[in-house]
Order: sequence, then structure tokens, then C-alpha cells
Amino acid sequence: MSAVIDTHHHDHAHGPAKGLMRWVLTTNHKDIGSMYLWFSFAMFLLGGSMAMVIRAELFQPGLQLVQPEFFNQMTTTHGLIMVFGAVMPAFVGLANWMIPLMIGAPDMALPRMNNFSFWLLPMAFGLLVSTLFMEGGGPNFGWTFYAPLSTTYAPPSVTFFIFAIHLAGISSIMGAINIIATILNLRAPGMTLMKMPLFVWTWLITAFLLIAVMPVLAGVVTMMLMDIHFGTSFFNAAGGGDPVMFQHIFWFFGHPEVYIMILPAFGAVSQIIPAFSRKPLFGYTSMVYATAAIAFLSFIVWAHHMFTVGIPITGELFFMYATMLIAVPTGVKVFNWVSTMFRGALTFEAPMLFAVAFVILFTIGGFSGLMLAIAPADFQYHDTYFVVAHFHYVLVPGAIFGIFASAYYWLPKWTGHMYDETLAKTHFWMSFIGMNLAFFPMHFVGLAGMPRRIPDYNVMFANFNMISSVGAFMFGVTQLLFLFIVIKCIKGGKKAAANPWEGAEGLEWTVPSPAPYHTFSTPPEVK
Amino acid sequence: MSETQSNRRLVGKLVLTVFGMFGFGFLMVPLYDVMCDALGINGKTSGTAYQQEVEQIDSSRTLRVQFVATRAEGMSWDFGPEAEQLSLHPGETREMLFLAHNPTDRPMVAQAIPSVSPSIAAAYFHKTECFCFTQQVLQPGESVEMPVRFIVDPAVPAQVKHLTLAYTLFDVSERMPDKLAAAQAQAH
Repeated sequence: MSAVIDTHHHDHAHGPAKGLMRWVLTTNHKDIGSMYLWFSFAMFLLGGSMAMVIRAELFQPGLQLVQPEFFNQMTTTHGLIMVFGAVMPAFVGLANWMIPLMIGAPDMALPRMNNFSFWLLPMAFGLLVSTLFMEGGGPNFGWTFYAPLSTTYAPPSVTFFIFAIHLAGISSIMGAINIIATILNLRAPGMTLMKMPLFVWTWLITAFLLIAVMPVLAGVVTMMLMDIHFGTSFFNAAGGGDPVMFQHIFWFFGHPEVYIMILPAFGAVSQIIPAFSRKPLFGYTSMVYATAAIAFLSFIVWAHHMFTVGIPITGELFFMYATMLIAVPTGVKVFNWVSTMFRGALTFEAPMLFAVAFVILFTIGGFSGLMLAIAPADFQYHDTYFVVAHFHYVLVPGAIFGIFASAYYWLPKWTGHMYDETLAKTHFWMSFIGMNLAFFPMHFVGLAGMPRRIPDYNVMFANFNMISSVGAFMFGVTQLLFLFIVIKCIKGGKKAAANPWEGAEGLEWTVPSPAPYHTFSTPPEVK
Repeated sequence: MSETQSNRRLVGKLVLTVFGMFGFGFLMVPLYDVMCDALGINGKTSGTAYQQEVEQIDSSRTLRVQFVATRAEGMSWDFGPEAEQLSLHPGETREMLFLAHNPTDRPMVAQAIPSVSPSIAAAYFHKTECFCFTQQVLQPGESVEMPVRFIVDPAVPAQVKHLTLAYTLFDVSERMPDKLAAAQAQAH
């Protein structure tokens, strides 16, 4: 046995178990990572089809396809599924797959808990989706579920919604604890904190955000539960509560939440851009500090979502300036990415295309965020399609392009095959054109006053909405191409070398492709 | 320290943080009330009678106080102020009567929730007596005159010339089973 270990072939390790129970019982970080990624992709398609329903209804003014009640359920569940079911689990999946490989760890620190935190998710979203078939329908109060819409005026299924959020929250918290324990305790000898790849750094900070704010979300839905069923009055003015307080507690969670969805994408892009620029990342240390600064600031800006509820002028000023301050560390990051590319030997394979588009389009989303941060101007923008345009620009070409870039970048490592580059580039350009067609016109209709979450609109918005819908359908259909590319890559294709990218660096490229079931059973030496 | 031990310690700390933050979510509730009280945010006025004496009357300023009465959804009482507005000098104690009538055939318990706007003035609006400090119980067909006595603090910012005191009346019969039972017993 020892002779085998000495040769570092790890032949002694048993492979995966056979059959369905492999997936139910697995504690292997690669299996669990794959399951997270597949689950999030399924949720992405489900949440995406809801977006298709929304865009089909908004294709023309007037009511054509669905009733307003159902439209409300679509906007709400689209948001909930995309945030909690698609983007967050996708990043946890990437973390599961890549963090142990990047820091030279044999697995996650708490493999059994890892299994549990994944399997809570199908339960949570099964519960959430089932509410759509219940009497009175599913959640229809917007993904932000403001009280009293979500308490006094909620459909009876709201209790299931609350439990679904509880389960998804517990899953995220356990995932975050696991990631922190892995990063802090399982790094290979010599891998100091400031030698960690940026994806690991951004995830460490994200995990701390998660354990800080997911319990607050659990708290606020618990208060809703108590208001609905146990006669308390947290958000009910009749009993001395205050609905505005709901918004404060929700956004105390909600604002860090938006950074939870974007920081891991920052990390992934910071891996990919240097690889395809064939240059080390510009300003590594400032990247780490900028990420930490963004995370800190995210806790003191929440009321910029509430400028119009009637907060005192000093509050408006504080939250306005604090919000604008976030542009500084974010600007540092964008500067560093651009500087990394500057005078680099650039090539534009699919991961790089998505990463470059990420930098450009995320910056557009950041700029519209700065416009929204101006408190007096926000009274005009609040609850219009301008807000919808803003957050889709940071989430679609931000978080989701970050995920696509990561997927293409690491697919050769996961499958052992190269993906079809032509198809992947088609996927990129279709997505790029589709999402810009869908979301850019929303800026204009929003500035002109089209309210969000309404199934009908003034005829003067008709042309822009039709363009948006065409773009959205294009973006939606293209994602089936992505599914095809991934399946094709799993089934076969050009064999991938241990390091298929000329300029990629990091421990994950030192193991063969596909990555063996067990890696780094003996920790690598990091110099 | 072995790997399992250090994992256990770290996870212990993290789990503690999680419970701490869950508690913090609930701590935000009293914290919010304290902040609203202290800063006069959100048009909230004090839930108890104002005790201090305001001696100085600033007769150089005249403010208009407007009264608004709203019934919450599902509330069937007639409810309104005796007059729509009055003028006063800061520091003066004034009174306004609100009339309520229960047109239904059952005893009901109601709670009025006040709100002052502009919100910046809420901290300067002192109620020495208010029907909103307690619940109102009305028998079927019964009417009541409910007083609110108040002082606008002379320290109220100069830009405030017009205040609105708005009450929303909620039906809290189901939330107050004791009071409702007492009222029902009285009715029979």
C-alpha cells in the first residue's frame, strides 16, 4: 500500500459508488459540486421560463396571455428562483468543485454537512414551486416580499414560501460554514492567505457575508410567520408594529445579498482574465482589499432601497454618500482587470469573451446604480423599469456571465474534454446580443416612467417592450444551446491536457483532466 | 491542534455567529423603535402621555394642525375629527375631539394608530392625553367622543408651518379576546 502512495498515483483510492445512491449519499466535493451546478442550471431554466412568460405578456400592451394575478406570481417566483435557486447554488457548486483543487485540499472540511446542505435545496425549491399549484396561488408579493403584502394580504401558501426560504437559508449557511472551514483549515502547506487565488479570496469574504445576513433573513421570515399565525404585530400597525421596519430588516439582509451574488463572479473573472492575457493579475493585494471594502460597505447602505418611504434628510444623505463610496473599491477592481489586459497577449476563447463582456456590462450596471444612488433623483426612478434594467445588468452579464465564464474555463478540468469552441462562441454572441436587446431598452422606458411588476403598460412603451421581449426570447433559447454544449463536452471531444490553457496558473491545473475522484490526498508543496 | 479539533473550534465559532445574527435580526425591532423615538423618524409619536410642562408660549408663530381619520381595511366604524383643522401657537395646549360610532350589531374593540407628518415634526408633537393610548370598546350602536390633547413644542423647526395628525383606526376585536369578552358580557 505504501509503495502505491509513494508513487503519488492514488491508485489505492476507491472510485465513486455505483448507481443512484452514489449521488444521494456522496460526500465527495466534486460530486456535490456537480450536483449544485446541475441543480442551479435546472433552476435557471425554470426561472428563465417564468421570465419568458413575463416577456410574452409584455410583448404587446394590454392583457393577452395571463391574468395579473398569475403575472404577479411569475415576477415573484422568477426573482426568488433566480436569486436563491440559480445564482447562489451555482457559485456554491463552483466553490465545491474548485476551492479544494485551488488550495490543495483533499476535500471540503465538512463533507457530510456538504451533502446535507445540497439536498436541502431540492426540498426548498420543491416546496416553493409547489405553491404555484395551491389554492390561491403562489407568492405574488414580489421577491422582496414587503409586509403587509406578504402577511396580511398574502395568499395562504405564504407559509410554504416561508419554510422554503428557511430551508434555502439553512443550506446557504451550512455551505458558507463549510467553505470558511475549508479555506482556513485545509490549505496546502505554504499556501498563505495572500497567496490564495482570488476566487478563493472572494468566496471567503462571500461566505462571511452569508453567515452574517442569512440568519437575518431567517429572522425576518420568522417574524412574518409569527405575524401570520401567532398574533404578533412585528409589521402590523394595529398592534404597534411597523411595516416600514420590514423593509429595514429585509434590506439589511438584501443589500449584502447582492454582493453575495457578485463577489464570487469577481473572483472567477480575476482568474480568467490573467489566464487569457498571459500576464499575472494586476494589483492582487488591492483586489483583496477592495473586495473586503465592498463587503464592509454593503452593510451600511441598505436604506438606499428605501429613499421614498420617508426617511429623514440626514438619513438620505448618509445612505446616498455611503452608496456612492462603493464605486471606489469597485472602480479599483475594474481598473485592475483592464490593467491586466493592457499589453497582454490576449486571446478570446469563450471564457475570456464572457469575462470581458462581464467587465464592460457590469460597469454599465454599476453606473446605473450610481444614478439610482442619487437620493433626489431616485424619486423619479423608484419602482420603474430603470431599476429592473439596473439590477439585470449587474446580475445577468455580471453574476451569470461570471458563471458561464467559469463553466467554460473549468469544463476541460471537470470533463477531461474540450468544449466545442465554435458553439461556445455562438452561445456567447447570442447571449450578449440577446441580453443587451432585452435589458438596454428598459433604461429608456424606466426613465419615461414605466412601472415595474405591472402586466400592462402605456402604448407609448410598446416598441421598446417588443424589442425587450425579442431579446429576452433570444437569450432564453440560447441557454438550451449551452445545455447542449455541456452535454456534448461530457460525452466526448478533444482530450484536454492537465492544463488546457496556455496562460492558466494555479494548483487546479496540476492535476490531470478530468480531475480524478480524489485529488491532493497528499498535500502539494506551495512555494 | 489536530485538523478535526481546529475544524470543530472554527465551526463552533461560526455557528455562534449565525445564532448571534439571528438574534440581531430580532434585536433590530426594539432598536428600530428606540431610533424612531429618539430621532422622530417615520412620523411616530410617543405611545405614552407627555409629562413635562411646556411653559413658554411662542405667540410669534402660528401653526396649522390638520386632522385626518382613516379606517383600516375591514373596519366598519364611523370615525372622524370634530373639525378638520385648527391654528395654534407653539407651546399652547389644545384639544380636539374625535367621534366614533359602532354601527354594527356586535361589540367591538378598536385601536387608533397616530402618525404625524412631516416626520421631522413628530418628535415635537407631544400628546398629553390621547384615545390612542388605549383601545376603545363600543357596544352595538354606541357612539363616543374621544379627546386628544396636545402641545407642539416651541422648539419645532422653523420650516414647519403645517402639521398633519393622522389616525388610522384598526379593528382589534380578535386580537383582544379579553376586552371583547368583557364587552360581550356587558352587552348581555
